[in-house]
Amino acid sequence: MPTIKADQTLDCKGLACPMPIVKTKKAIDQLEAGKVIEVLATDKGSLADIQGWAKNTGHQYLGTYTEGEVLKHYLRKAKSSEAKEETKFPHTLTNEELQKKLEDNEKVTVLDVREPAEYAFNRIPGAISIPLGELEERIQELNEEQDIHVVCRTGARSDLACQLLADKGFKNVRNVIPGMSGWTGPTESNQ
Amino acid sequence: MTTALVGMTAQELTSIVLNKEELFILDVRNDSDFNDWKIEGESVTSVNIPYFDLLEGVDEALGSIPEGKKVLVVCAKEGSSKFVGEQLVEAGLNEVYYLEGGMKSWSEHLEPVKIGDLKDGGSIYQFVRIGKGCLSYMIVSNGEAAIVDTLRMSDVYEKFAAEHQLQIKYTIDTHLHADHISGGRKLADKVGATYWLPPKDADEVVFQYDKLEEGQVLTVGSTKLNIQAVYSPGHTIGSTSLIVDDQYFLTGDILFIESIGRPDLAGKAEDWVGDLRNTLYNRYKELSDDLIVLPAHFGKITELGEGGKVSARLGDLYYSNPGLNMHDEAEFRRAVTGNLPQQPNAYQEIRQTNMGKITPSDEEQREMEIGPNRCAIHDK
Repeated sequence: MPTIKADQTLDCKGLACPMPIVKTKKAIDQLEAGKVIEVLATDKGSLADIQGWAKNTGHQYLGTYTEGEVLKHYLRKAKSSEAKEETKFPHTLTNEELQKKLEDNEKVTVLDVREPAEYAFNRIPGAISIPLGELEERIQELNEEQDIHVVCRTGARSDLACQLLADKGFKNVRNVIPGMSGWTGPTESNQ
Repeated sequence: MTTALVGMTAQELTSIVLNKEELFILDVRNDSDFNDWKIEGESVTSVNIPYFDLLEGVDEALGSIPEGKKVLVVCAKEGSSKFVGEQLVEAGLNEVYYLEGGMKSWSEHLEPVKIGDLKDGGSIYQFVRIGKGCLSYMIVSNGEAAIVDTLRMSDVYEKFAAEHQLQIKYTIDTHLHADHISGGRKLADKVGATYWLPPKDADEVVFQYDKLEEGQVLTVGSTKLNIQAVYSPGHTIGSTSLIVDDQYFLTGDILFIESIGRPDLAGKAEDWVGDLRNTLYNRYKELSDDLIVLPAHFGKITELGEGGKVSARLGDLYYSNPGLNMHDEAEFRRAVTGNLPQQPNAYQEIRQTNMGKITPSDEEQREMEIGPNRCAIHDK
């Protein structure tokens, strides 16, 4: 069973409906936008309910793993401005352009700057994971000479990542627009 | 008038539904569970607002509740309905109830309804599982009883038998069920009865049973009450109907009041469609029009008649039931093989359980049976 990094873990084991959702709501209210929460629950009904609740509130439901009796749900707190944020980095390419490059086996690096839990449930095969918040300290993991295609969910975090990489002297960096929210190409996930 | 939140049992709710009393239901489960399966009744109005949309307050719900009406809040188990119900009471509403045990207990409630008397004394009862649409039968004569299509909640029959001082002699399944877990074997073992199943449905069954075959006559009581088996394949290859006392016709999942059985739940729709047609359009036609059809399911609440009875005269069904009025064979084949409703929840695991191949815990069995029966071709 994969271990997924979350910013907070909320233990709702042994609690019956409605408490898992009531507690999740309280916890997510305290959480910083963009952060990921892991909710542990034993109530089987929590799966459909947490999905329904996330859909109605706009929080991002990432996925669920089952470990014996325990369901581990992953959610990312919505950032109200995320969808509207203007992207500033001038060099972009579309999802379709990236998909074509991958299909043509071009040598490209796909850098996924979303949170580890988002990456774990749904990613472009072969993508490297460095969350935006860790990019500066882990920048030496990347090669300045490579063609780097940066992807996130909507193109906002990847825009910031592209700006950061360009400031650090990376020459061939592009922001993939819109990113995973509109990705129709092949994906993979942790098993 | 009530000022506090009050629990309503599945039995109390059943009598409201059967008596067609007006009731407003606020169902606080998620919308997919609600759309899949809900409490229905001719005078029941229901609105679905998931409890997780009411965490900040119940204003949204208050707007949709009609003034001055009794309100029943319903959820899967009961926790969320109490959570919402208490807030409705705090908001000043009167007559607010929650369903004790939620949809789980609604799914398990059995209501015994007397169908009629037998010629030499004795009676036949229909046990209506109103939440899931399952029907089973107890034939009673002279201190003895036979139960047909026993449901999982076998203690209900045991209690009924004790109250009426009856010795349960046979438990009979008309076929290997796919929508619910049979209580027939468990009950037979417990009370020392014999368990009967059609052998053609029992190829993979791993326990001992008695073979229910065409022409077989079982006698209940010392009077001449006969249960006569009629081989009637189609829903399953073994499906067997029973004629009781020359007047009641227990059709299992072959013929319902407003529909007919689906042939696909064992994965052999194409093979069995010819058998189903032959049973409905030839075999059953040779029988007396005056037989009272007593099926193993109902699909719609409108099929419940007086006092909750589900029954009809066989001759009448040849006029009113759309499944008996498809005269073109190709049309029939299309109707029973293509465009069928979704299968019942966990139907493959339920079949395995009924064969004795797997033994889920009580809680798992309860989960497996959630949802409507969906055994008829016209069920949604």
